This record gives sequence, C-alpha cells and structure tokens, in this order.
Amino acid sequence: MNGILMHAPALVIALPLLAAFVTPILGRFNYKKISWFVSAVFGVTLLLTLLMAGQILTNGTIVYVFGGGEAGLALPSGYTFPIRIIFQIDAMGIFMALITAVISFLAAVYSISYMEDYSGVDKYYTLLLLLATSMFGMELTGDIFNFFVFFEISSISSVALISFRSTFNGEPAEAAIKYMVISSISALMVLFAIGLFYGQYGTLNMAAIASFMQFTKLDKMALILFLTMLAMKSGAVPMHMWTPDAYSEAPSAITVVLVATSQASLYALFRIIFSLYNVTLNTVTVGWILIILGVLSMFIGVTMAVIQKDIKRLMAYHSISQTGYMLLGVGVGLAVLANPAALASYGIKAMEGGIFHIINNALYKGLLFLTAGALFYRTGTRDLNKMGGLAHNMSYTTLFYIIGAAAIAGIPPFNGFASKLIIYESVYQFNPLLAIIAMLVSILTLASFVKIFHSAFLGPQLEQYKSVQEVPKSMVFAMAVLSIIIIFFGLFPNLIVKYIVHPAVMALINQSHYTSTILGGM
Amino acid sequence: MNIGLLETGSGHWNALIWFIAVLIIGAGVIYLRNEGEEKYKKGTNQTKPFLSGNPEISKEDSHVGASHIYWGFTEALKNYYEPLVKMHTGSINDYSGWIILIMAIIFIIVGVS
Repeated sequence: MNGILMHAPALVIALPLLAAFVTPILGRFNYKKISWFVSAVFGVTLLLTLLMAGQILTNGTIVYVFGGGEAGLALPSGYTFPIRIIFQIDAMGIFMALITAVISFLAAVYSISYMEDYSGVDKYYTLLLLLATSMFGMELTGDIFNFFVFFEISSISSVALISFRSTFNGEPAEAAIKYMVISSISALMVLFAIGLFYGQYGTLNMAAIASFMQFTKLDKMALILFLTMLAMKSGAVPMHMWTPDAYSEAPSAITVVLVATSQASLYALFRIIFSLYNVTLNTVTVGWILIILGVLSMFIGVTMAVIQKDIKRLMAYHSISQTGYMLLGVGVGLAVLANPAALASYGIKAMEGGIFHIINNALYKGLLFLTAGALFYRTGTRDLNKMGGLAHNMSYTTLFYIIGAAAIAGIPPFNGFASKLIIYESVYQFNPLLAIIAMLVSILTLASFVKIFHSAFLGPQLEQYKSVQEVPKSMVFAMAVLSIIIIFFGLFPNLIVKYIVHPAVMALINQSHYTSTILGGM
Repeated sequence: MNIGLLETGSGHWNALIWFIAVLIIGAGVIYLRNEGEEKYKKGTNQTKPFLSGNPEISKEDSHVGASHIYWGFTEALKNYYEPLVKMHTGSINDYSGWIILIMAIIFIIVGVS
C-alpha cells in the first residue's frame, strides 16, 4: 500500500496512458467490454487521486522525481537546480486533479450506453484516456516543458474527439479544424514563451524559474504570451469563439471533459501568474486584465446564451460566462496581491470564490451537458424548437436538469450559490460595480436556463416523442452522482472551502513555499 | 449552528438553516392551499383561462417555442445584439484575428506598465 501511495503521482499518469494503448488491442477480442474496462481504469485513477489528496492535505506537497534514485529527492547534493522531470503536487494541483478524476470517470461511465451504437468506440476510449492523461499531466507537473507536452497531447486528443461524429453532417469536422488551428497557435506561442525562460535561466523546472525570476523584458513577453494563449484556451471573451463550435459538436460525455480541459488551461494560467511571477509583476495591471477579461466573458457569454436555439451551444456560451466568474474572483485577488491589508481583508476570499467556482462549474456544467446529451440521445436533435414536453417521459433527466440549472443560476442551496456569494461579497469590497454586473449575469443565467426548461421539458407531450423513454442506467448513474455532489457541496460549502479550496488558494499565493519545496532554503 | 456555516468574508451563509426555513414556509403554504377556497367550483367556467373572450386554443398549439421566448428582450436590445452576433462570424480567420488583437492590446498594457 505504501509503495502504491509513494508512486501514486506516476501511476495516475501511467495507468490511463497504458490503458489507452491496451484498449484497441482489447477491442480486437471483446469490443463490448472496452467501455467497462475504461470505466474501471478511471475508477482506480480516481481512488489514487483521492489517496494523494488525503496525503497532501495532511502532510503537504508531494514531490515526485522521475528517473532519480529516490522519488522524493528533488535536488541531489551538488546541484543548484533540478534537472529531472519533477511532479510537484500541492493543494492547488490536487484540487484540479480531483476535478479531472471525477469528471473523466463519470464521462466514461456515461459513455457506456451513450456510445454503444457508434462504431470505432475503441478509438474513442483511447482518445478519452489520452485526454485525461494529458489533463493530469498539466495539473501535476512542476516542469514547464513537460507541461507543454501534456498541453499538446490534450489539444490533439481533443481535436480527434470533437470530430468523432463527423459522419453526421460535417459540422463536427469543421469544429475540430477550428479547434486545431487555435490549438496550434496557442502551442506555438506557449513553446516560444517556454523558450524565453529556458534561454534566460537555463532551466525548465517551474520552482527554479520562479526563484530566478527577474521580470525582465523577456519575462514580460513570456507573460503576455502565456496570458493570452491560456486565457484563449479557457474560453475568455473575445477569444472564446471556438468554444460553442467545439462544445456543441463533441459527443456530450466529451464536452464535459472539454470543460475540465479548459479549466486545466485556466489553472495553468493561475499557476504561472502566481507561482512563477507573483509580486515581481505589476499585480494591479495584470489583475485588472484578468478582471476585464472576466467581466467581458461573464456578460457577453450570458447574453449570447440567451438567444441560442441549440441546447448545447446555449450551454457552451454559459461555460464562457462561468469562466468569467473565475477570472473575476482570482483577478481581484491578484490585483491586491501586493497589498497585504486588502489581500487579508477580501483578496483571499475573492480567490476562494473564484477557485471554488472552478470545481462547482465542473460539476454543474458537467451535469447540464450530460442532460443535454440525454435529450439528444432520445430525441436525436439539439434544436430547442423541435423539443417539448419531455418531462412527461424523462423524469430523472428533468430532475437532474433542474438541479444543474438551479446550481448554475446561483439558487440556494446548491453549490453555485455558495461560490457566487463569496465572489459577490468580496468583489463588492474591491469594486461594487463588478459585483453588480456579476449578479446581473446570474439573473440572465437563470433566464436562459428557464428557456431550456420551458422549451424542452414543459408543455404537452409531443406526438413524435410519445414513445420516448428515460435514458439507460449508466447515463442516469453519471448524472445522479454529479447531482449528489452538487447538493452536498451546496449544503456543506464550509467543509469544501476549509479543506480543499482554502489550501489551494494559499498554495497559489505562497510562492516561497512553492520554490522552497524543490530548492530547499535557496 | 456551525454545521454548514460558510464565512463569506462580509457575513455568513448557512444552507441548512435556509433549507429548514423553506420546509417550514412550504408546509405553511401547502396547509393554506389544502384549506381550499369555498367559492371554487371544479369543471365550471371558473377554472378555464379567459383570453379576452376568444376561444381557448389547444395546449399543443399554445406552447411557446424556444425562438419566441424573450423576443421582447432581444428586440429591445437589438442595437446591442446586432453587432455582437455579427462578431461571431464562424470564420477561423476572425478567431485568429481576435487572438492577435487581444495579444497586441495586452502587450501594450503590460509593456508600458
């Protein structure tokens, strides 16, 4: 058991990666059982992630050195900075890994029935496993080039998964090509930024770069590249336009994972700003850039959602809008990072709201996309104009939709309310207008989810849907688990904030702890 | 009651108290509803909707489709929506253009700060 726990960081990556290569071989022998095999792999990965989380939250950051004599020895004697690939998993990294583990497990379970009738399912699961591997890698690594490798794997597997249903009418292929182009641009720019670090400091270890950081002109350029590209990959307005295309055309279980992938990019943005640069940069300027991107994302995302007729496009615009809340909360924290009084008064709380909203959004947005998938599974359409009266036949899906919609709209006692309340109150102390905009966006969010509820679920039973039944058990199970977590997070938000969110925020803010974990007293 | 008590920085929030309050208020509302209205007569004209004297159309025909919901809202904000929708061209060239533009703006802001 101790051996497994010691090598858990490597296993979390190795297990889905190995399974990705085993899956097509397994498919040759028993095609039907692949989905169960992949779900089991994700189940074990989730358990490993939970074990790691327990260890990190009690004993502190885990350092795992690949290829070294000792897994925990980051800096052998005589070295001034580490040269091997290191996983540095602190409370923020494990916070994100937990999201990835839960979401990919439930996406795999949901896919058991959802993808049953598709051909090429072995390739689908291989890509899903690769995508999950890349997300874990992005979240756990302490090496900036290693991050780039996982960032690329995530883009490539996402492109293939978005286009998975391309035989339908060509639209998934178009969305995938668009995603490929913007992913290529971001990969190129991120690589260039990493090159700027390596050219100056001669190291790729993030803690070492942080300790050497001078905020030179080249560092400024690297920051601009990282900031723009990672904000774009997380769907910030006005670089969000790929999001509705990609999210709506991907199979629903994949859309849920794509939301988590975008959040992994957002995490990378926060990690680079806080752990690499911290107070060396002009925190007020960069904080306000995040805030403005956040407000634009919130407002334009939600107003575009209100006018959509395609259920998944509507929800995709809401993903953009919700990303805005995260940018706003963390942006306020960054803007007051160099002001200890303001940071203690409301900055940490604002960041807690923003970070708490990441996990809440993954849960309720995941649930909502799964309900949209359930509707598509039974009706064969995403067009809200063609739906109606489905609550008569799909009572579980209706219930799960109500929970998801209430949570995203910030209605108590669901989880979205808790994180939004923290954001409103803390942001109000920074700038009241920003809090008012955030509240207005919540009202519009409710309005657009009422639109879906009215169009798809309410009304008389339509002739063409009279024979429609509830979705299969595996899909109901995935939605039920998400609903239960949403309710639990909503009823006991204090536990989540105290044990998961607050340590994650402090891990971001405390740069010296991040560097000293690897470099000791340097 | 500390169970479920969330510190928000400026105050507190307890979902459990809220939940109990909703249960009590809900029970009161259900009680009042069950008390009934003496003048209510089921199956008479009282229970039918009054549409300015026009005959009631079937439920299937009266269901408002997604495209018509919030028509007034979008019509009132036409000047806001027209350029916003136009901005979403669906062309990858424009997507790339926005990325370059934002990068240039951030470059100037961070560069001069």
